[in-house]
Amino acid sequence: MRSFTYARAGSAADAVGRAGATGMAFVAGGTNLLDLMKADVLRPEGLVDISRLPLDRIEETADGGLRLGALARNADTAYDDRVQTRYPMLSMAILAGASAQLRNMATNGGNLLQRTRCYYFYDTATPCNKREPGSGCGAIGGVNRIHAILGASDRCIAVHPSDLCVALAALDAVVQVTGPEGERSIPFAEFHRLPGDRPEIDTTLQPGDLVTSIDLPAKGFAEHSTYLKIRDRASYAFALVSVAAGLEMDGGTVREARLALGGVAHKPWRDPEAEAALVGKPATPDSFRAAARVLLRDAKGHEHNSFKIDLAERAIVRALTDAAERKGAPRP
Amino acid sequence: MIAIPSIPGFLKEPNGPIGKPVNRVDGRKKVTGDAHYAAEFTLPDLAHGFIVSSAIARGRITRIDTAAALALPGVIHVFTHENRPSLAWFDRKWKDDDAPKGAPFRPLYDAEIHHALQPVALVIAESFELARYAARLVHIEYEAAPHQTDLRANRANSFTPGKDKGGFQPPPKPRGNPEQAFLDSPVQVDSEFTQAAEYHNPMEMHATTVLHHDDGTLTVHDKTQGAQNCHTYVCNVFGLAKSAVRVMSPFVGGAFGSGLRPQHQLFMAMLAATQLKRSVRVELSRPQMFSFGHRPETIQRVALGADRDGTLRALIHEAVQESSQHENYVEVVVNWSGQQYACDNVRLDYTLTRLDVHTPLDQRAPGAATGVPALEIAMDELAVKLGMDPLELRLKNYAETDPNTGNPFSSKELRACFRHGAERFGWARRNPAPRSMREGRELIGWGMAAGVWDAMQGQAAAKAVLGVDGKLVVSSATADIGTGTYTVMTQIAADGLGLPVEEVTFCLGDSSLPTAPIEGGSWTVSTVGSAVKAVCDRVRSQLVTLAGKLDDSPLKGVAEEDILFADGHLIVRDDRSRRLSITDVMRGSGTLSIEEEARALPYLLARARHTFATHSAVFVEVRVDEDLGTIRVARVVSAIAAGRIINPKTARSQIQGAVVWGIGMGLEEEAFTDHRLGRVMNHDYAEYHVPVNADVPEIDVLFVEEHDDMVNALGAKGVGEIGIVGVPAAIANAIHHATGVRVRDFPITLDKVLAGLR
Amino acid sequence: MAQLNASLRPAPAPPPEPIPVTLNVNGVERTLHLAPWTTLLDALRLHLDLTGTKKGCDHGQCGACTVLVDGRRINACLTLAAMQDGRKVTTIEGLTTGDSLHPLQEAFIEHDAFQCGYCTPGQICSAAGLIAEGKATTDDEIRELMSGNLCRCGAYPNIVAAIRQAMAIAGPKAEGAP
Repeated sequence: MRSFTYARAGSAADAVGRAGATGMAFVAGGTNLLDLMKADVLRPEGLVDISRLPLDRIEETADGGLRLGALARNADTAYDDRVQTRYPMLSMAILAGASAQLRNMATNGGNLLQRTRCYYFYDTATPCNKREPGSGCGAIGGVNRIHAILGASDRCIAVHPSDLCVALAALDAVVQVTGPEGERSIPFAEFHRLPGDRPEIDTTLQPGDLVTSIDLPAKGFAEHSTYLKIRDRASYAFALVSVAAGLEMDGGTVREARLALGGVAHKPWRDPEAEAALVGKPATPDSFRAAARVLLRDAKGHEHNSFKIDLAERAIVRALTDAAERKGAPRP
Repeated sequence: MIAIPSIPGFLKEPNGPIGKPVNRVDGRKKVTGDAHYAAEFTLPDLAHGFIVSSAIARGRITRIDTAAALALPGVIHVFTHENRPSLAWFDRKWKDDDAPKGAPFRPLYDAEIHHALQPVALVIAESFELARYAARLVHIEYEAAPHQTDLRANRANSFTPGKDKGGFQPPPKPRGNPEQAFLDSPVQVDSEFTQAAEYHNPMEMHATTVLHHDDGTLTVHDKTQGAQNCHTYVCNVFGLAKSAVRVMSPFVGGAFGSGLRPQHQLFMAMLAATQLKRSVRVELSRPQMFSFGHRPETIQRVALGADRDGTLRALIHEAVQESSQHENYVEVVVNWSGQQYACDNVRLDYTLTRLDVHTPLDQRAPGAATGVPALEIAMDELAVKLGMDPLELRLKNYAETDPNTGNPFSSKELRACFRHGAERFGWARRNPAPRSMREGRELIGWGMAAGVWDAMQGQAAAKAVLGVDGKLVVSSATADIGTGTYTVMTQIAADGLGLPVEEVTFCLGDSSLPTAPIEGGSWTVSTVGSAVKAVCDRVRSQLVTLAGKLDDSPLKGVAEEDILFADGHLIVRDDRSRRLSITDVMRGSGTLSIEEEARALPYLLARARHTFATHSAVFVEVRVDEDLGTIRVARVVSAIAAGRIINPKTARSQIQGAVVWGIGMGLEEEAFTDHRLGRVMNHDYAEYHVPVNADVPEIDVLFVEEHDDMVNALGAKGVGEIGIVGVPAAIANAIHHATGVRVRDFPITLDKVLAGLR
Repeated sequence: MAQLNASLRPAPAPPPEPIPVTLNVNGVERTLHLAPWTTLLDALRLHLDLTGTKKGCDHGQCGACTVLVDGRRINACLTLAAMQDGRKVTTIEGLTTGDSLHPLQEAFIEHDAFQCGYCTPGQICSAAGLIAEGKATTDDEIRELMSGNLCRCGAYPNIVAAIRQAMAIAGPKAEGAP
């Protein structure tokens, strides 16, 4: 780690005020930030410790949804009865990520701001446009087994590593933010961005913005949903491909569908066309496969990760099948 | 001092501690946090070092600017090739007991860069955090030169090494006419296999703490499998008197071969401590754990020819591996293939390709863990082609004597491994057809493989001090890297003098103790255990002599071989009422302590005329998701023939752990090199996957009876390596049985299975 | 490949000034003066000489540094000591009561649930946290919820057996930390 100052924020407003200075970063769980500071990838000049701000509650919202405090721990969120009952795919997604220890530390807000696990991003001796804009992308033409097949650019093929965010994307969560300009709401689909020619920017947050909560709408697809994560070992590994799937069923027919993918793009990947392709269709592997092909129509593989295209199709079919068969429904 | 080797009978006391599942004697220390590892010793003047690693794979440093680092208050010094002191000149001074032929790597020697992550500077500061920070501020400019790190692209430049490393012989000359016999065989298999480079990655990162004492002497706490190996190395390299340095490694947080050679953190810490005249600790980071030795990437070909009844007619095994530009690391890979099965026409061929990488390094069952799986998959392929049970095929071609040498085995109960393992696993119920078993979405496959490893023995010495209180302290400069050395040596010593294990202390991991070789290759029980037995035998003789001289001794005139040692007593074998306690013998004779030292040698004559090996049969059930290609190992039975098992509890753990290694090797472990950068990219625990708890099922270990009175005085062969050897092949064979997909590239990740399922 | 690390700040900031941090470690109040970049792990190992908590990667990828903070298991390497100011930290040294071992420690010895011992303190603290969480009832759940603790020696089957035994003694909802 490089030298930095440390201060504990007394309130959200205090935090936002302190973060206005250049080189400042919030620290909450610390699980990703301190990791990257030790690797010399991130070099903040000061840390504002927000971990003790009263933003750790999980509360009902007026519209029947749930407000997840930005500083609620991942584990507490995953094991919350309301989350487990009403948003099982979210609980499953959280528990599929990291380890029990890390879930006890990591906050929901911090999870949204996780940086990519791209090897080149982590290794300061190699080129990476995300870490050092203009230095090039090491992964293109390099080692890219874990990289993006959708929405990448010629500057960056990194993927977002979160599991939680994939479920939040599927659920149409809304991120509540307070910042120098006041408070605002960011629909989840607009929270993360694609790399384009500015891969160093992961989200649409502005300097000084503090995530205060993540709001879940009332609809949680509890009856027909799942989170499927495919990885290189049984646990404690990032997704090669993951799928959050939620269905509303009308007998054997799909009335509404939500489908978000992790491990395939710079952000959790949603595709309205693929979801639309499911509506009114029978819940069969054929219609699921057809929707998967819509979602993957522009997928592009690299030397080591082309298998992800086929794998993603299979994973989508499996996840939708499980969702339709209530595999992910909360235990009675 | 030298004990005359003799072919022993088995130990006399059937109720002694040998063979008992004794809990680890160092267990309490390990579960309470009281076991101290290399980075956990300190003195008030301790300074902290952090290593700067090369950003390029080959070339030279054109400029090092340390000004910014040195400007920080608390930064003491930055060592580089530009300011290092003059050190040993000749290569032989840099050699160690595990060095292969060539010129060992010399850290901070000059501006040349030989491999990625090469250590290029050492920052010393008053705190760890400050050293790490300052290391980031060392500015280095390089002139890159073209590098080669791709084995496949460079294999045409391979060469045949000689006997370039201890413990490994070049392949035997071809026998028969393998090429023609292969062509003439009615059933043929000819396959290529690849094995990815693997990194040892013990849990404890390599670290060295050098404690600088007021009298100028140094105590060096190093992560090593050979305290004396490191002692010799640092004395040679830094020109120090042997008496001025003591290397300690009482606890080693795993090594698996990574501690067989002195690693550069030792050099770095010694450099700083000797130059700064103060205590220094240098601990590698996890990415830097990818900056030295590894299991080399390997490409192999196995061709088998057989008659329709399964009789092997031809066996050809070729392997090419990577080594560095400056040393010939060899692990030969192919030799076990000529030993495992009876076959008259055999060619074994082993070559090396020089790449711009650090020198590879022995990793658990070096060579065998790579080569035997290739053979064992090829055998499975042959069984499929023959329509023969894979176990039957192995029995059909069972080698009663070593086909490589024509010598008999000192013992070989592989047949019993097959039988008992198959029975435990339920192999007889196996439907040979691939894709014949499923449960829900999972295809189920059963695969098996055989394994083999050498039962080696070196020379070692041990010292015993028996006190008048009846407590025994035995010592030898060996290591316990988790293998259970403390415990089994305690058992051997306790057995030797008929003492309870609680009365015996075994000391190791200290260069000042009696000579022992580096701990590796499963030879420690054989090597050091024999010395422990020998020294206890000497103490025994002394006690018998003393007892016979006592007035009114009930043992008077009784020959040594007629006296038992049990429960702290000397007992007449045929009249157990005639006994004397050890303490009474010592008190009565006015002996306050008995001190003995002994050295044990292998039975060289027997070794010249026999082949000594451990064997295994591994049976694995895998479950493969038919749609997703995900693989999990659901069940493992490992049947082991390794002579006498000194401690079935710790031995079982060794085998289980090695099976977990086999799961990692078979399914997960792979260093990804970016050949444009010449750099391993997944250099951490997040992206270099080793098995986690959820990957590992119950592992059923059974040890078959195997009597061996030639291997050593204990009849024990060692169990550190044999457990891994067949596992990757058994997994691969099970995957084929489950899916019909044959994958010959380790690790078998799901994409390779999916490619076949598509 | 050029060294890309060269865009260094012209005048590097001096090391951070120490700040007071108070931790209750194994029941004892300890006030330290630590530069804020000191992790909880380094505070324990380097400043309090409690080396039972291990450093296996320093990046939250191995679990060797697992300790209990206010009774919950975390990776001590990924939090700053200053962030834990005022909290109760239980390390492996704190699980032993006088001469008597914690049931998990007993069970680990009995089941030979370790080899080199380096991951062991983290495994045991993690298991204590697991038992306190009460989310694991089956072997498969133990395996999954202990997967944040690597054991390179591969003692996993014995670790599961040891935890199963300790769990039976402690009961599924028992407090893991004393």
